[in-house]
Amino acid sequence: MPKSATKQANPITDPEFELTQEQLDLFGEELDALRARVLDDLGQRDADYINKILNAQRGFEVAGRGMLFLSFIPPAWIAGTVSLGISKILDNMEIGHNVMHGQYDWTQDPRLDSTQFEWDTSSPSVNWKDSHNYQHHTHTNIVGKDRDVGYGILRMSEDQPWHPYYLGNLLYATLLMTFFEYGVAMHDLEVERMVSGEISVTEKREEFDHIWRKVRDQAVKDYVLFPLLAGPMAPAVLAGNFSANIIRNIWSFMIIFCGHFPEGVEEFTEEETANETRGQWYYRQILGSANLTGGKIFHIMSGNLSHQIEHHLFPDIPAHRYSEIAVEVKEACARFGIPYNTGPLPRQFGSVVKKIARLSLP
Amino acid sequence: MALGYLRNSPRRITRGLLDSQFVESLVSPNPVERYIGLLDPTWSRRDVRAEVVGVDRQTPRSVTLTLQPNSNWAGFVPGQHVGLTVEIDGVLTTRYYSPASRPADKRLELTISAHPAGKVSNFLVKNARVGMILGLSPAEGEFVLPSSPPGELLLISGGSGITPMMSILRTLLGDEHAAPITFLHYARTGRDALYREELERLAAEYENLNLVTVLTRETGPKLISGRLSREQLKSIHGDHANAEAYVCGPESLIAAAESIWSQDQLEDKLHTELFSLPEPLVVTEDAVGSVRFTKSGVEVANDGQSLLVQAEQGGLSPRHGCRMGICHTCVCRLESGTVRNVRTGEVKTVSNELVQICVNAPVGDMEIDL
Repeated sequence: MPKSATKQANPITDPEFELTQEQLDLFGEELDALRARVLDDLGQRDADYINKILNAQRGFEVAGRGMLFLSFIPPAWIAGTVSLGISKILDNMEIGHNVMHGQYDWTQDPRLDSTQFEWDTSSPSVNWKDSHNYQHHTHTNIVGKDRDVGYGILRMSEDQPWHPYYLGNLLYATLLMTFFEYGVAMHDLEVERMVSGEISVTEKREEFDHIWRKVRDQAVKDYVLFPLLAGPMAPAVLAGNFSANIIRNIWSFMIIFCGHFPEGVEEFTEEETANETRGQWYYRQILGSANLTGGKIFHIMSGNLSHQIEHHLFPDIPAHRYSEIAVEVKEACARFGIPYNTGPLPRQFGSVVKKIARLSLP
Repeated sequence: MALGYLRNSPRRITRGLLDSQFVESLVSPNPVERYIGLLDPTWSRRDVRAEVVGVDRQTPRSVTLTLQPNSNWAGFVPGQHVGLTVEIDGVLTTRYYSPASRPADKRLELTISAHPAGKVSNFLVKNARVGMILGLSPAEGEFVLPSSPPGELLLISGGSGITPMMSILRTLLGDEHAAPITFLHYARTGRDALYREELERLAAEYENLNLVTVLTRETGPKLISGRLSREQLKSIHGDHANAEAYVCGPESLIAAAESIWSQDQLEDKLHTELFSLPEPLVVTEDAVGSVRFTKSGVEVANDGQSLLVQAEQGGLSPRHGCRMGICHTCVCRLESGTVRNVRTGEVKTVSNELVQICVNAPVGDMEIDL
């Protein structure tokens, strides 16, 4: 029987699936070997790369805030806002997200220490590392365990039962996209479990205090201190800072949603993923992720999460290596008959929007 | 006085501003270093950093660095050592060296000898150049002269152990210390003898300095050879019981000195500092040693399981997530010890580094910040 070209069944539940446990073990061993080879090769090139990105981020930030002070020249306002937006995107994606995964812990550089790093967004690093590094990356796309499936607000899988509330799926998604940094921070609070009474508000007191401090610090910096420093340019600086935050929100939402929710990406249940072997775990990461095609700058601006598949296989390998690793992963997938979901941003994002719209109905 | 204050004040104002809550809010959540670093890579609020301003290779297997530390440098006492951090293959690596300069000198002088397995020493001997920025840790160590220097002194060093002795000697002679000083130094060959010219010049200039250089791998009619022994000591320094002795060098030298001084029941007159690499650990299948969790004061006998499991068995509950090496929630600073990665089998000796405790098991004794 020829297997479906677009969708494959999970090997654990479907006895007719072509991949045997032996093949999956072999696949797992290949990926383990690839991982060991890359880790062994880490060195000056990787440290130089992230230092270059850190410098670029600082440069864009200083230039952006500087240009916003000159907002009486309209092009300066636009350039300043874009520049600040780029700096925030670099800070959050290629630097923050990746450093907090421990990708650069091996450098022993205190600036790149995953236990110390803090980023320019509302979600405190300590909360983020729990909900993202642990819950999302360990239980990728397991409905009920990976809380990134719908962020507790959206219906992103047929496996989530429909409710009239989800008629607003598109509206909620648009709001989540615009205010993504607050959405991510709230996500750590598990508000939906508070509403359902599973946990009490007091249990989340510490997380709430952390989030409040971060939201406050960012608001004081972007919406009070820098506008005040700008004197008569205050409204323009405030608007520029606000816009830069929104630019970052929209961009990171798009990249992240394209990583897990385009057509063809699979979700899983707790039962089918119990007692996974290493090979099965790798396999689920590939089925549950999708890549984006693009140029070098695009990959950097996405924090190399355009290589979501490689990131999910090896979350703690420096992300700028993913494009090199992808060549081998793709080849191995083709050899084992494992689907490798990839496409350009407009197509993948279009597919995500379609899915959000479709799932708003039963 | 007033003029000096005025000259310093712009600096103080800048410093005060950079330390202020206001600037902290402007750069939040980043440290202010992240931005000042664009202009001055040695500037830091708290970290000690130094620029290499002089590089001299006085022997083929060593390098002498002259360092200009930033204003966070709090100085040292002759005999102490400092941590020197250098980026090698992208990794910030720290090793300890004793300054050879005097505390009164404006700049810091370190002489680094290449050890066969020494990562930092070999790197610096080969690659040190003017303009490099290095990290420094505050000076520490008990191997120092008392604040009022004792009467007669006997200084003994082997190989690169000469550096704290140079600091002690230069400081005492610079302070016009009048009591007799015997400096006995062991080098392998004349080519390896560090600071030879300077020492000979000092010995000619200062009557109270008796300099003896022993070349352990050279023989000749006028040379004293062989390792430290009672007989050798007697021929050089009639009565070591009268002197306060400071010994710094490899393990064999320290052991020889300890044996002589303890036989003579003069232990309280002997001060030693070991200069050597830690012995590589022999890896066996059996779990040995004990694991000490330094923050909580708990110590358990190593049973070979992952550090996370052993910590939990010891009654601790370290932060963790996946328990399979993915999420890095459990990373902890490992102060010293060797770990085996239970997933890959890789064995690694680390000091003061982050490790994932869920997939690393201790090999022998270890101290971890938990």
